[in-house]
Amino acid sequence: MSRFLTQLRTELQLTLRNGEQLLLTLGIPVMLLVFFSLVDVLPTGTDDPVDFLAPGILALAVMSTSMVALGIATGFERSYHVLKRLGVTPLGRPRLVAAKIGAVAVVELVQFAVLVPVAFALGWSPSPANWALAVCAVVLGTTAFAGIGLTLAGRLRGEINLAAQNGLYLVLLLLGGMVIPFAKLPSGIRAVAHGLPSGALADVLRETLGGAGSQPTTSWIVLAVWAVVMPVVAAAVFRWD
Amino acid sequence: MIGLSVRYGDLQAVRDVSFTAEPGQVTAVLGPNGAGKTSTIEVCEGYRRAAAGTVRVLGLDPATHQRQLGERIGVMLQEGGVYPSARVLDTVRHYCALYGKGAVADDLVAQVGLTSRAKATWRRLSGGEQQRLSLALAMAARPEVAFLDEPTSGVDVNGRDTIRGIVRDLAREGCAVVLATHELDEAERLADRVVIFDGGQVIANGTLAELRKGHDEIRFRSDPHLDLPALAIAIGMVASQVGPDEYVIDAPPHPRLMAQLTAWLAEQGHPIADLRAGGQRLEDVFRRLTAKQGDAP
Repeated sequence: MSRFLTQLRTELQLTLRNGEQLLLTLGIPVMLLVFFSLVDVLPTGTDDPVDFLAPGILALAVMSTSMVALGIATGFERSYHVLKRLGVTPLGRPRLVAAKIGAVAVVELVQFAVLVPVAFALGWSPSPANWALAVCAVVLGTTAFAGIGLTLAGRLRGEINLAAQNGLYLVLLLLGGMVIPFAKLPSGIRAVAHGLPSGALADVLRETLGGAGSQPTTSWIVLAVWAVVMPVVAAAVFRWD
Repeated sequence: MIGLSVRYGDLQAVRDVSFTAEPGQVTAVLGPNGAGKTSTIEVCEGYRRAAAGTVRVLGLDPATHQRQLGERIGVMLQEGGVYPSARVLDTVRHYCALYGKGAVADDLVAQVGLTSRAKATWRRLSGGEQQRLSLALAMAARPEVAFLDEPTSGVDVNGRDTIRGIVRDLAREGCAVVLATHELDEAERLADRVVIFDGGQVIANGTLAELRKGHDEIRFRSDPHLDLPALAIAIGMVASQVGPDEYVIDAPPHPRLMAQLTAWLAEQGHPIADLRAGGQRLEDVFRRLTAKQGDAP
């Protein structure tokens, strides 16, 4: 087995063994999707709440995995000198990073394999649906969120990073148009929310999977900028030890 | 390495350090905490860049050939280095697969005495068990050079014996073992050569015999208030009190002198304990050398 696959397998094993990460990446998105689709308390502005919620929850799933789960795990690995130790094996840093990206991709595939059928079962019927563009949006979103997660993980101590990632997760969840429509946010906050990567990804997914984006062109640009800038920032500021 | 210097901003952690570690030998890099040992080793591992100097490990420059070197060196960090939620056997299997040298994980786990803890996670291991697991990971490389940073730190007596045995075996198999430690006793038991650091510089470098040369002594314990002038007259040498009940005579351990000393103690009705004659303990060598360094302008 190649070293990349060896490392990928270990990354996935550790993810599976980490109950908190599974709750974050799969449990919370599924619960939010099911609960708020069945209990119509959110001001979604759609006939069926799942039509608004499903793209937002897919964006939330991407953020959970590529920013919070990746960032928290990497932060602790840095604190425990795991990155340093692996960096002086034949694996090397490039393959270590590649294995982490691979693990994020596998987890996102599993998330989508669970969330999309659940959404369909709840009555979601995206039309028109451009799945290829949605995948592009997910790739951009993953890149942007991973950049944010690794920037924090590469600079902050393990425990502070944990708190920062969770805090940011909540802010981006609430202001990012994932479960609460932009139109319901105060006007000052709304402008900021549109500039957030969570808001941009949710809006783009809502456009590609149902044609209901609020300002899709702007959101594509915002998402692309985050996807270019944040990995560069992460690479520049990341400390391996 | 020749003329190695390492800087952290304005702080010069290592200054103009030169030494060689030979295959089949244990080279102990000794010094107090903060002396520059770990920084020096990290440069050798390719983890840290040198500010100046030339470093070659197995003929390769660690700064530019880290991946090639990674195939051939074993590394044991001072602490950590393992996923906290990973199990012992899984971790060793992972490293065996990464190195691909045919090392068998179960055998390595047995060798470091962790078979009964094979399913325990890193965070559930004691400090000594964590060190032994870390050593097993270094051995998974079947290394030509092993960098072991404080390998017995926090390890109990039995664990220390296990680690010492493994370190000796590594050297016997031709590996160049570089052992960083601040425990002089550990170095004295294991090292073929000793490189002593102080304040980021090498202040001594040689075999134990070379470092002790010209500094023979007789050391013993007895009553706290010996009549040292009378003892000096009896044996023709001056004895110094170096502890509440510990004395040192700076002289080669000639049988006549030993006989005179023990006879005088017997005549005076004093006990004798821990009589040790010959080369200075490494601890004393270290004290002597660091004191000289401190006296220098």
